[in-house]
Amino acid sequence: MRRFTLIAIPYAWLLALFLVPFLIVFKISLSDLAMAIPPYTPNLDLSTGWAGFKDFLSQLDFENFIWLTQDDLYWKAYLSSAKIAAISTILTIIVGFPIAYGMARAPEEWRATLLMLVILPFWTSFLIRVYSWMGILSQEGYLNQFLMSIGVISEPLIILNTNIAVYIGIVYTYLPFMILPIYAALEKLDESLLEAAEDLGCSRMSAFWLITVPLSKQGVIAGSFLVFIPTLGEFVIPSLLGGSKTLMIGKVLWEEFFSNRDWPVASAVAVVLLLILIIPIILFQRNEQKQREAEG
Amino acid sequence: MKRFSWFNATSLTLGFAFLYLPMVILVIYSFNESKLVTVWAGFSTKWYGELFQNDAFLDAAWVTIKVAVMSSTLATVLGTMAAIVLVRAGRFRGRTLFSGMIYAPLVMPEVITGLSLLLLFIGIGMDRGVFTIVLAHTTFAMCYVSVVVSSRLVSFDQSLEEAALDLGCSPFQAFRLVTLPIIAPSVISGWLLAFTLSLDDLVIASFASGPSATTLPMKIWSSVRLGVSPEINALSTLMIGVVAAGVITASLVSKRAATRQQREERAAARLA
Repeated sequence: MRRFTLIAIPYAWLLALFLVPFLIVFKISLSDLAMAIPPYTPNLDLSTGWAGFKDFLSQLDFENFIWLTQDDLYWKAYLSSAKIAAISTILTIIVGFPIAYGMARAPEEWRATLLMLVILPFWTSFLIRVYSWMGILSQEGYLNQFLMSIGVISEPLIILNTNIAVYIGIVYTYLPFMILPIYAALEKLDESLLEAAEDLGCSRMSAFWLITVPLSKQGVIAGSFLVFIPTLGEFVIPSLLGGSKTLMIGKVLWEEFFSNRDWPVASAVAVVLLLILIIPIILFQRNEQKQREAEG
Repeated sequence: MKRFSWFNATSLTLGFAFLYLPMVILVIYSFNESKLVTVWAGFSTKWYGELFQNDAFLDAAWVTIKVAVMSSTLATVLGTMAAIVLVRAGRFRGRTLFSGMIYAPLVMPEVITGLSLLLLFIGIGMDRGVFTIVLAHTTFAMCYVSVVVSSRLVSFDQSLEEAALDLGCSPFQAFRLVTLPIIAPSVISGWLLAFTLSLDDLVIASFASGPSATTLPMKIWSSVRLGVSPEINALSTLMIGVVAAGVITASLVSKRAATRQQREERAAARLA
């Protein structure tokens, strides 16, 4: 009995506030827009019994999904989100790897402090971290002031409200997600392997490429998923740092819902986004499992 | 004795400069006299003064703290229960669905979580406000708590609990007197995580809230969209300061606790 209560309480909570809401999204994505409150139709009416339920089912259709394929705004937004997420993931690897490498090769007594310094930004508000770049990148911002004062440029660069600002924002906020798994992989690396390679005539450079890089592969893969998956649906960064040309699906969904008040299309956008995300999520879990098996 | 090589020293310096410089600049310019945020016009704390006279910000801060305390506490209770179910309950019908529902919100884009909860609240005709934000935050935070707590429970020696049961404890007493003190650090860090997630959240709160409740991130969002402002710089500085103080205190306390535990273990070993 006690065991039943223990299972039932969190189970019921998650069913009511996670699964049911999602089923509602799915249902509304099959409904039609209507000038009513709530602004969609049909509504489930059980007062007429089974006939009412059948009637309700017959009114659902895939119209909104067909609409998503026809209006090129949507598939362009999906593609451009995927592109932005992929490019930022690669940039995050390029920036994060040397930091993780430096941490793993740092003197033992330094590592705990360095690790805390990487984690600390996690606890600061995401919104503030993104906001801090607005003052730096704007036309009269600190970066342009600095570059003009040392004479590198004579005209201010336009960075804010472009995709470049979005890349900078994503790399900045998601960097710890990349550093931590790479650091975890590099820290386990047995340094005598590198010494052996050098004894056998490898140059330090080729020892790095032949040993360090392959052995840190798991960390890089895990970090890439941790950056790629959340950036795909990112809303705050493209809205604050991106411009009118920055097309990301999280922003489209938000505007569809709050500005156009088209709930059925917003729901369809959400369903498709989730279907797209399932692939990397399954790949990520397989990768994690494989790693656990290799260790265990 | 190992030292930093020049390459590692450079990459670490550049890397941490990248991570911290934007926030350092933000903090410095929050003390700027000028209304023009990017032009330095002398030291002043006047923006802090204006901030404390702005009732909208103070109200939003109060709402945010209320929501964060309630949702993180609820999430800790539910998340700990869920962790015990995941690690201890063995097989039961619907276990796969249960663990799926625990892990899915961790990777679910916030816009989808927010949208789905809003549609639920509207569907059942619930008035949106502080209460609905608490429900929303509890739901996603409990998943984080259960991941944190279950990773501790996995490594927990179950024979301790069995010994308590053999010595006549009821299962609840055994949990309260043996299990809970041992997993307490992970429960506390779960609570802290849930608390910061709630403080930080903009997207889910925007969907789940109605006109009656505005949280601090929502308030910051609406003013930041119009551009950089000195008041927001001051507010950000305060928030960064609170977090830094909190994290540093927490790490010092846990370090102290670890050394004390080591000492006690050594003393116990000597007695034995």
